[in-house]
Amino acid sequence: MSAAASALSRSRKRNVIPGFGLTLGFTLTYFSLIILIPLLALAIRSAGLGFDGFWKAATDPRVLGSLRVSFVTALIAAGVNVVFGTLIAWVLVRYRFPGRRIFDAIIDLPFALPTAVAGIALTAIYAPNGTIGALFAPFGIRIAYTPIGIVIAMIFIGLPFVVRTIQPILEEVSHEVEEASATLGATRFQTITRVILPSLTPAILTGFALAFARGVGEYGSIIFIAGNIPFVSEIAPLLIYIRLQEFNYVGATVIASVMLLISFALLFAINLIQAWSRRRYGYGD
Amino acid sequence: MEVRVANVRKEFDRFPALHDVSLDIRSGELIALLGPSGSGKTTLLRLIAGLEMPTAGKIFFGDTDASEKTVQERNIGFVFQHYALFRHMTILENISFGLKVRPRSTRPPAGEIRRRAMELLDLVQLSGLEKRYPNQLSGGQRQRVALARALAIEPGVLLLDEPFGALDAQVRRELRKWLREIHDRTGHTTVFVTHDQEEALELSDRLCVMSQGKIEQVGSPDEVYDHPTSPFVFGFIGDSSELPVTIENGEVWVGGRAIGIPAHDTPTGPARLYFRPHDADLIEADASMAGVVTASRRVGGTRRVELEVGGDGHKVEIDLPFDHPAGEKTRLSFRPKRWKLFPAA
Repeated sequence: MSAAASALSRSRKRNVIPGFGLTLGFTLTYFSLIILIPLLALAIRSAGLGFDGFWKAATDPRVLGSLRVSFVTALIAAGVNVVFGTLIAWVLVRYRFPGRRIFDAIIDLPFALPTAVAGIALTAIYAPNGTIGALFAPFGIRIAYTPIGIVIAMIFIGLPFVVRTIQPILEEVSHEVEEASATLGATRFQTITRVILPSLTPAILTGFALAFARGVGEYGSIIFIAGNIPFVSEIAPLLIYIRLQEFNYVGATVIASVMLLISFALLFAINLIQAWSRRRYGYGD
Repeated sequence: MEVRVANVRKEFDRFPALHDVSLDIRSGELIALLGPSGSGKTTLLRLIAGLEMPTAGKIFFGDTDASEKTVQERNIGFVFQHYALFRHMTILENISFGLKVRPRSTRPPAGEIRRRAMELLDLVQLSGLEKRYPNQLSGGQRQRVALARALAIEPGVLLLDEPFGALDAQVRRELRKWLREIHDRTGHTTVFVTHDQEEALELSDRLCVMSQGKIEQVGSPDEVYDHPTSPFVFGFIGDSSELPVTIENGEVWVGGRAIGIPAHDTPTGPARLYFRPHDADLIEADASMAGVVTASRRVGGTRRVELEVGGDGHKVEIDLPFDHPAGEKTRLSFRPKRWKLFPAA
């Protein structure tokens, strides 16, 4: 504590930008109130079970099944979003066409739309008797009420995160770099794969992390489209809700804690890769 | 390789950037495209590169018509003002990029690519930096990497777009000298764009002065400096003074007074007289221009005096040695020893 305090006072003396103590204090208080204390309460609650109890609750087959559904679908959805989000960002940045600004504004709608509305709308369309669902039904492919439906809902809500992280970086990649690549004899395809995509890597990773996190935490839209069959299309957030309805608060906190741990580990790993790639690709200084 | 630009016109959205421009670039020469911004010099360079396509006209590389070829097919080296290095690649990867993207049939083996890249790195005096990334280099070093990268593909023509424009004055002077050395050693036909007349005069074998989408004059630095063919070139290259005059009886008159300059070839009537400040001689004869000193400042080894001549408030500048006693006077008489007359605008 005293070491931290002396480090604080040292940096206060050196720092040219004023208000370090004030802003850091505010940041820590705010961070504690909004994020740290609720998460800590969660940890304490689930710790009340003891390790064996916790392990037993966490490895319950239905819990494991729901976690698998949640994380696998979120990873697939984030992967799909990265591919098509990058494509959409490319179109929005590089071409000028009528309606571009409207298209650009529509990208943000999943941010604003109540997720339940999105869920109901997607279900209506992708159900076997819906507009798009009916096209797949003859081939025996069901979209709504299966994990595919979950992926689609996650794609819907995660897309803006990818587009909005890649767009500004793509705008920054100068047109001259592409021209330089062409003058050196690179084909259009080589320019995209060897020059443009690598310079977008950090932004793509950020977009992936955000879309993934959003997908894992999503509840509202998915419960409508998923069908919620245990072991098949039941997501972990729904199981938490079910446990709460059964007044099994400890069971709910256990699932929540496990979700948090896995999410944290994954996001931390992505952050590390991202930091490495930023250094590698010459951003940040 | 020779490059021939034949009657090229270029319009951007109906806005003409180049009007019917023709230019012959000799094999192995270093030629500067010089002009103010908006003169079309960069457009001409980009047309030669194939980064833009002409609205009309043709561009020949040697005897082959390059107009319809893509950038990739033209085999040119292009250096951009802001380097345009690939920042996710090391310096070595940047330089070898052009060889690595070749189709398998024409691509040299990996060892050979590396050897050539290292050789070029040595040529641009950056040996030892091959593992660095572009953002770890200074501006001058980055531009040298960009040049090495352009040379790696053994281009037929080397094109540079304001290559030193983003660098500070000292680095710019060094790189200028160094580019000349590289050119003399490698012998590439080189075209570079600049708005800096000093750079163009010092560096190029020939210069092509452009204004408003047209070529004003093409010639060696001496020709262009000593025998400008238009008032624009006279004013743009080097320092100049201009004065409205009248031609009568085969002589130049200023403010109702003959100044001792013959003008047999110029038609009688109003005209414009151009001369360089350093070409003015102080004389105490009647046939001279007299002016009231309005300002005087020291420029290096000379004193530049601003004079009001002819009673209409027209100002000219002349140079005196900095310690010349006339620098103290309020009235001076002078006559240019070299001059040029142009018809009145």
